[in-house]
This record gives sequence, structure tokens and C-alpha cells, in this order.
Amino acid sequence: MSETLKVKTMAEFMAEGKQPEILFWVGSAGSYDDRAKKITKAFVKILNAANVDFAVLGQEESSTGDIAKRAGNEFLFQMQAVMNIELLNGYEIKKIVTCDPHSYNCIKNEYPSLGGSYQVFHHTQYIKDLIASGRLKVSGDTYKGKRITFHDPCYLGRANNEYNAPREVLQNTKANLVEMKRHKSTALCCGAGGAQMFKEPEKGDKDINILRTEDALETNPNIIATGCPYCNTMMTDGIKAKEKEAEIEVLDIAELIANTGNL
Amino acid sequence: MTYLPNILFAITLIIGIGYFTKNVKKLIRNIKLGHDVDASNNKSQRWKNVINIALGQSKMVRRPISGLLHVVVYVGFIIINIEVLEIIIDGLFGTHRIGLKVLPVSVYGFLIGTFEILACLVLITVIVFWIRRNVLKLARFMKSEMTGWPKTDGNLILYFEVVLMTLFLVMNATDVEFQSLNTGNVISQYIAPWFSGLTEGTLHIIERGAWWLHIIGILIFLNYLYFSKHLHIILAFPNVYFGGLNPQGQFNNLDAVTKEVKLMMDPDADPFAAPAEGAEDDIPAKFGASDVQDLSQIQLLNAYTCTECGRCTSACPANLTGKKLSPRKIMMDTRDRLEEVGKNIDANNGEFKDDGKQLLGDYITAEELWACTTCNACVEECPVSINPLSIILDMRRYLVMEQSAAPSELNNMMSNIENNGAPWPYNQMDRLNWKDE
Ligand code: SF4
Ligand code: SF4
Repeated sequence: MSETLKVKTMAEFMAEGKQPEILFWVGSAGSYDDRAKKITKAFVKILNAANVDFAVLGQEESSTGDIAKRAGNEFLFQMQAVMNIELLNGYEIKKIVTCDPHSYNCIKNEYPSLGGSYQVFHHTQYIKDLIASGRLKVSGDTYKGKRITFHDPCYLGRANNEYNAPREVLQNTKANLVEMKRHKSTALCCGAGGAQMFKEPEKGDKDINILRTEDALETNPNIIATGCPYCNTMMTDGIKAKEKEAEIEVLDIAELIANTGNL
Repeated sequence: MTYLPNILFAITLIIGIGYFTKNVKKLIRNIKLGHDVDASNNKSQRWKNVINIALGQSKMVRRPISGLLHVVVYVGFIIINIEVLEIIIDGLFGTHRIGLKVLPVSVYGFLIGTFEILACLVLITVIVFWIRRNVLKLARFMKSEMTGWPKTDGNLILYFEVVLMTLFLVMNATDVEFQSLNTGNVISQYIAPWFSGLTEGTLHIIERGAWWLHIIGILIFLNYLYFSKHLHIILAFPNVYFGGLNPQGQFNNLDAVTKEVKLMMDPDADPFAAPAEGAEDDIPAKFGASDVQDLSQIQLLNAYTCTECGRCTSACPANLTGKKLSPRKIMMDTRDRLEEVGKNIDANNGEFKDDGKQLLGDYITAEELWACTTCNACVEECPVSINPLSIILDMRRYLVMEQSAAPSELNNMMSNIENNGAPWPYNQMDRLNWKDE
């Protein structure tokens, strides 16, 4: 792509003696995973288009410890958390936005009792606010009339009761939102959570992402929308396993919005 | 001689209630084997939950058919039990249908009429339940943990209901005096003709028989609860009260670990000089859970409350894809082990004697624990606010922090986080590379 992304680190803000409006917590997947990096960039395009004065931590960012915690390693989690909290508090961060529901849940719910209290947003919540306040204008017919089904991330939905923000944001694509049979609080996990992403599944008769992909295929979608980099990987793999990658795209809501707005 | 029935009744009542009290005490003692948790916060929300979730059964109707059927049995059960009050008074004082003496006939008739209709509805519902379990064989009642006693228990309770409701209706149908009033016998008037041709004396014997069997049946039922998933009709209330109030995604932070980490992160000490492993050795506290005594009192209360309905398991992504993990089994195993520990304590004069067994390994295997995606579907589904996930997490904590027994891929992931702040082996200095790619 030819356009340049405007991304400043917290250190740069400090050097200028300024505070950003919000900190964008990129997360490990968003920083390193090739597929997730595209989501990160799409979200930055949105932030740039809405003129949000945001910062990233860059090389100072480190794992939230979320995955370690769900794997049972509370030590490693708290080490990571305390380190990150020290950094965030040192920079006097008040607001955080992230494209990763796991980081969102962890920082929002598990950091406060360790000394880190921030206002935390999932990117779909933040995009919703940007659109509502008129800072972000999304119009375009890229997805007009397409069938989109949204896969609820466990850590945004059931874990934090946020079912509407992603759906409201998706309305702006002018696509038809079709729900899977299991959706919102009954949504099926993509299979990545609880550190499953990093290990082989236990013996069974099917992989979870395949079952979830079948849920999605039942709705006959053109696009499967996700709101989590791990869900995205799982659903993409599922679509490949079903040999449907020619017909069906798996895209994050940030990408759908960036594409719709031609940002 | 005339007081003999009263005395017999009082003795029956005392035995029935006495034995029940004994088991309740045992239950409380067993729950107290768990560690204390502070749940004194937010009382108003807790009471609201009791009213909505336990009393109002708001979660049951997530599955409309079984939810509705359950509401019928539940309402029927509670209301018909008002009748037990009359039976107890009659039994103790030798009166007959005391309600008729203190209430206007029309009011009494209305009450009994309502009970009869409810009894009839309960009968129908119970038959539907039986068909669902034994003829339609609903998947969630057919899982591997639902064989043996749990399966028998599920059916026994249905037979109990049938017997109790039938006795109640027969008792009314054969009560000549009550039938002659012709009020409140909405259902029993159609049963009465079945007994026509019998002498008044025989009818009286049948009526008395039904009356006695009804109250004895209820006392047996009361004492059966402790051995059954039906304990939930009592425990659902405290269990919902103590249920989680935080967002479901929020897992507790272990205080013992916080203390250690704060110590290590002391600015005077080099945080990287003391790796987590080394520090574990000098703290006596056990991290995570390998047996029931390591769980919290709320988790143990959860285990006794579980109705074995399997709603959790039927929503569990691991179970749906054929893995061994079943959140219902986690709860049943916890209860079974807790009962075993309780019996061990009874047999050894109030002291637990090591029996070489524990919850982890002997009941719940590591394979089950590692299959969990921590998706919270089980927590969301449970109609009585049980959290199977919290037990899974505590046992993973034990495996990882006490035994370093995580699957090797997870160990790699964790050492990556330790070394370069990401679950993959990438350099932390490359975190911002995406910007220019
Ligand atoms: S949290 Fe674990 S046990 Fe519960 S439904 Fe999800 S995968 Fe199953
Ligand atoms: S834990 Fe809850 S949902 Fe699962 S079987 Fe027990 S009562 Fe039913």
C-alpha cells in the first residue's frame, strides 16, 4: 500500500511533552502474526482517518500475561501484569484501546486489583463511538448487499457482555447481517481460547474451529466477520479446511470498516 | 390407645427430620473443608440474583421446552407442599382436615382444587420428563458420566413424584366426607368412581393408607435429597446468592502469588535475578488445587448444588467435538470426591486420613483439564450459577505451578513470554515492525 500510517510511540509523545488521547495496545498477535498485522494496520487507518491522537508502546509493549494465566501460570501472568502496569502508570495512561478481546478482558478486569486501572475499549466499541460522535465517516458500497455473519469472540461476548458494539459497527457496511444459530451468549468458541491456540487439541472427533466454521457456513455468508485476531486465524483455517476460501472471506470488523470507508 | 396414631406420627416426623438434620450438618462440615472466600460484597445484587435466577428460574427458560416443564414441576412442588402443613397438624393433633375448620369452605375448596390441578400437571410433566430421558434419549442425558447412580437417580426422582402425586389424589378421592362437600375435588371427583362399590370402612382404610404413605413418602424424599442431584431444590438458593458477580471473563488473581511477585519486583532487587520457579520453594502455600480441600467453599457448594442437567456440557465446545472434558463431570467428580473425603473423616473420628487418592488424577484427568478453551459457555448456561471453569483453572494452576506438568507446547509458549514478552519466539525489539511493512 502506498499510504503511510501515522503511528507514534509513547516515548515520542513523552519526548514532546505531550499526552495522547488514547493508547493503542497492539498485543502480541497484532504485532507479530502476519494475518493479525493487517488488522492492526486497518485499525490504524481508522484512527488516522478519525484524527485520533493515539500512541503505541512499540518495543516497550509486552505480553499482557493473559495466555499464561489461562494456561495456569499465575506467576508469569502477574509478573507480566506488574511490569506492564508500572510502564502504563509511568506514562500516566488513562485510556486504552485494543483489537484483541483477550488483552481487553485482561487489562480491564484483571489489572485493577494489581494496581492498574484504566478505561479500556475493544476496537469495535471505540469505532462505534468514533462513528457516533461524527469523527469517523464511513460510507461506501463495498459490501452493500453482501451477507455477513459475525462470530462473537468469547472474551468480548460472554466474558464481558458486549454483543451490540460489533453489530452496530457492521451496520455501517450496508451488508446484510445474518446470525448463526449459536450467537451472542450461546456463541460457540472458535477453539483458540485458554491457550489452545498454542497446543495441539486433545483427542476428539473434530476440531472446534471446524464445528464453528460449519455453524457459519449454514448462514451461507459471503464474509465471516471477526473481532479477535485468534478467532480470525481459527475461522480462516476452518474455511480453508472446507475449501471455501475462494468464495468466503474472513475479515476483522476493522478491516471491513477500513475497506468500506476506502481508508 | 386413641393417641397411638399421634405418637406414631410424631416419632416418624422426628426420625425423618432428625436424620435430615444430621445429613445437613455433614454437608455443611464438608463444604467447610474448602477455604473461606469473602462474598460479603454487593448484597443487594446477590438477593436480586436469588429472586431472578433461583426463585424466578430466569436461566431455565433459555431452553424454552425443558424450562417451562421444569417451572410446572417446581411451582407444583412448592405449592402442593402447603398441603403438608395441614397433614402435619392433623397428624400431631389427631384432627382431620384442620383447614376446613379454620378456613371458609370456599377458600379451602379453592386451595385444594388448585393443588389437585397442579398435582395433575406435575404428573403429566413428569411423564414427559421420563420420556425425554428414556425414550427420546436426549443427548445430554446420555453422556458417559450419566450411567449408574446418576442415571438411576434421575429416574427415581420421577417415580417419587408420580407416587406422591397419585397418593395425594387417591387420598382426596377416597375421603367420603371431602367428596360429599363437592368443592375442591376438581380432579379427584373423577377418580372417586374407581372406588365405588367399596364400603365406607374400606374407603376409610384406603384414605388413611394414602395419607400415611404420602407423609412418609415426603419424609423419605426429604432424606433422599442428600444422596441425589435433587439437593439443588434447597442449595440452588444459597448457591445463586454466592454466585459470581464479576464479568465472567475475570479470573481471580491469586493473592499468594501477588505477594511473591511484589517482593520480586521490589526496586531494590533485580526483578530478573529471581526466576518464578526459585521463589516458589520458600513459600509454604500450595498454588492451585489438586484435591477438594484446595478448592473454595463456594466451589464445593457448587458441587453439591449441581443438578446434573448437562446444559453446561451440551454447550461445551470441547465436549461437542468429542473431547473427554465435560463440565458436568467436573462438578460430579468434585462432589463424589468430597463425599469420599467426608466419609473418610467420619470413619476416622473426625480426622482425614490420607487415602492415597485425590481429585486430580483419580477423578479428573489432566487430559480433561487441558481441553478447556476457557470460553465460559458452561458458566453462561448453568441455571443455578455454578462455575465449572473456576475448578478447571485452579487445577491447571496446580499442574503448572506445583508440578510443571503443562503440555510441552505450552511450556514453550510460556518460556517465550518470559524471555521475549510474546508467546512466539520473536524479538521484542521487532514489536513495531508492522508499521513499516
Ligand atoms: S469453559 Fe471450558 S469447560 Fe466450560 S464450556 Fe468452555 S471449554 Fe467447556
Ligand atoms: S454445572 Fe450447572 S449446567 Fe452443568 S450440569 Fe450442573 S447444574 Fe447443570
